[in-house]
Amino acid sequence: MDKRHEHSELQQTKQRWEEERLGPALERVNRAAMPSDLQHEALYTPLDDAGRDYLSDIGFPGEYPYTRGVQPSMYQGRLWTMRQYAGFGSPEETHERFAYLLGQGQGGLLVAFDLPTQLGFDSDDPRAKGEVGVVGVAVDSLRDMETIFGGLPLEQASPSLTMNSAATVALAMYLAVAEQEGVPSARISGTTQNDILKEFIARGTYIFPPRPSMRLTVDLVEYCTAHLPRWNVMNICGYHVREAGSTLVQEVAYALANAITYIEACLERGLEIDAFAPRLAFNFSASCDLFQEAAKFRAARRLWARLLRDRFGAKEPASWMWRAGAGSSGSTLTAQQPENNIVRVALQALAGILGGVQSFHTAAYDEALALPSEHSALLALRTQQVLAHESGAAEVIDPLGGSYYVESLTDQIEQEVNRYIARIEAEGGMLKAIEDGRAQAEIAQSAYHYQTQIDSQERTVVGVNRFRDRNDPAIELHRPRPEIVEAQIAGLHALRRERDNTAVSRALAALENEARGNSNLMYPILEAVRAYATIGEICDVLRGVFGEYQAASY
Amino acid sequence: MAPRRKNPIRVLVAKPGLDGHDRGAKVLAHAMREAGMEVIYTGLRQTPAMIVNVALEEDVDVVCVSVLSGAHNMLFAEIMAEMRAHAADAIPVLGGGVIPDLDIVQLKEMGVREIFTPGAPLTTITGFIEDLVPA
Repeated sequence: MDKRHEHSELQQTKQRWEEERLGPALERVNRAAMPSDLQHEALYTPLDDAGRDYLSDIGFPGEYPYTRGVQPSMYQGRLWTMRQYAGFGSPEETHERFAYLLGQGQGGLLVAFDLPTQLGFDSDDPRAKGEVGVVGVAVDSLRDMETIFGGLPLEQASPSLTMNSAATVALAMYLAVAEQEGVPSARISGTTQNDILKEFIARGTYIFPPRPSMRLTVDLVEYCTAHLPRWNVMNICGYHVREAGSTLVQEVAYALANAITYIEACLERGLEIDAFAPRLAFNFSASCDLFQEAAKFRAARRLWARLLRDRFGAKEPASWMWRAGAGSSGSTLTAQQPENNIVRVALQALAGILGGVQSFHTAAYDEALALPSEHSALLALRTQQVLAHESGAAEVIDPLGGSYYVESLTDQIEQEVNRYIARIEAEGGMLKAIEDGRAQAEIAQSAYHYQTQIDSQERTVVGVNRFRDRNDPAIELHRPRPEIVEAQIAGLHALRRERDNTAVSRALAALENEARGNSNLMYPILEAVRAYATIGEICDVLRGVFGEYQAASY
Repeated sequence: MAPRRKNPIRVLVAKPGLDGHDRGAKVLAHAMREAGMEVIYTGLRQTPAMIVNVALEEDVDVVCVSVLSGAHNMLFAEIMAEMRAHAADAIPVLGGGVIPDLDIVQLKEMGVREIFTPGAPLTTITGFIEDLVPA
């Protein structure tokens, strides 16, 4: 039977089935459909595959366009990294924890900084009051970074520095410690998040306006390209965009539009695409909609491969590979009936695994209520281990590949993301969308739409707007620990007395001078850090030259 | 049904402290506008003094403060003190965020009129404001 004949027969059969069987059946039951970001049919058939070419659109794992995964063997070769966050208090406690983890053979240490550090304020700044050491560790100067990393086997540490607006300062501090420890720069590995654009549209820890922020971002990339061949220069986040309330398509579209903006800025600086593209990675969210989320990761890989090869002319396959970590979506976890979150997190992790991510972070079920207990943190890890070793999801590469539904979703997401990016670019690009407040407004609009769906019960959140109990557990919170704050501030004051303040002033003056020009600021920042200038002092110099960003209000 | 008003209710939505989580604040601001209110959103990282200053300058009927960083006890105490210092304590202050029950009791003793936690429907909050502000 020729293919066209087969299709027309299938089409007729499907039409008959819809009219005679599905239609009347739906009329009898008529359950309200779950609202979804993507339009979908009740049933998918080979008719939905029309026009897709297996070799060019799906292909083989580890080969262009990587729809089925970036490695040829995927989890057959090695399971994904089960990444777990841990909250630390002081630099000393962080050091102890890292020493323990490295002793257990775990690298990839995740360093969470407190908000004042992320925003370039010293711990004794009035604006830091109540926030020192709360959501992460406070790092005021090189001395704190020495406390954290001094004496550890840094060649294995491969830390992930979750810093954006002041990522250059955090990297400079880490490099200065590595220098003291005698680790050659060619052997230093790790990651800086260094994704400033999502701070403007979603996460809010910006300092300087978008354009000087982009300069610092590219300074870091350029420095690493020259000196740190093993450093991952950027971890581009769709995660925070989604958490701020965006749709699935917006998550991918904004992350890729941001990536395009970074790539163009790096190319404009004169960097070769294949010199830095392999060092870009992504961090995405996974919600409970198993199939849409799995398709999202497949679509993102194909989008990235095509973007890098066809638009940017990258020659190295490593540049075409969309490497991503994902994490359970915090905003879908509820304070009501928190045990339900165990199920949500398991679905989200399964979505990430079916989507072929390189690492996954499962949230603890009580995170919406309290500092995760040892029990809930362990349960989050066990969830991944059950999926890895008991579910069978890791036994076959890309098990959803070929599903009429998932392949169709993958195509749909790719098309919608491409349309979204084309519109952003037609309207002047991401920087303009941020400066005009348009990107922020579009995400806020999606967040509002989502909330109204919950309020109207069009969207069900079990335990929140339906199937409720009367006795919800009490919320407990991370609290500032006064002894940590006092010790941190005392240490900072001692540092300011003990260091060579003439050398600090000289380094800061040099930084200011270079900030007014257009040379790479990693070098003068590194000098200032070596002289024990604080993060607040360094960022104050840059604030003086660049100004501070005021969000567009609406 | 809310009584008809000659002038729309004016609301200040404020984000004090360093916390960047403003999804809730923006969603609420949108819902208030839909409910016919005039909304001024401060943006991130406002100090208590800046917030009270805008409340007075904009002559608002209600101040809504969103805090998700855990620093609510300190921030609300400073805002309430600042309101009193500027004789603005007749303007009701509402709060929202991840706030434990025990702290809610304490915040209400400070004079915060009501605290809304995650899961509160938008119409509950806008309805509360409608009832709070005389027509």
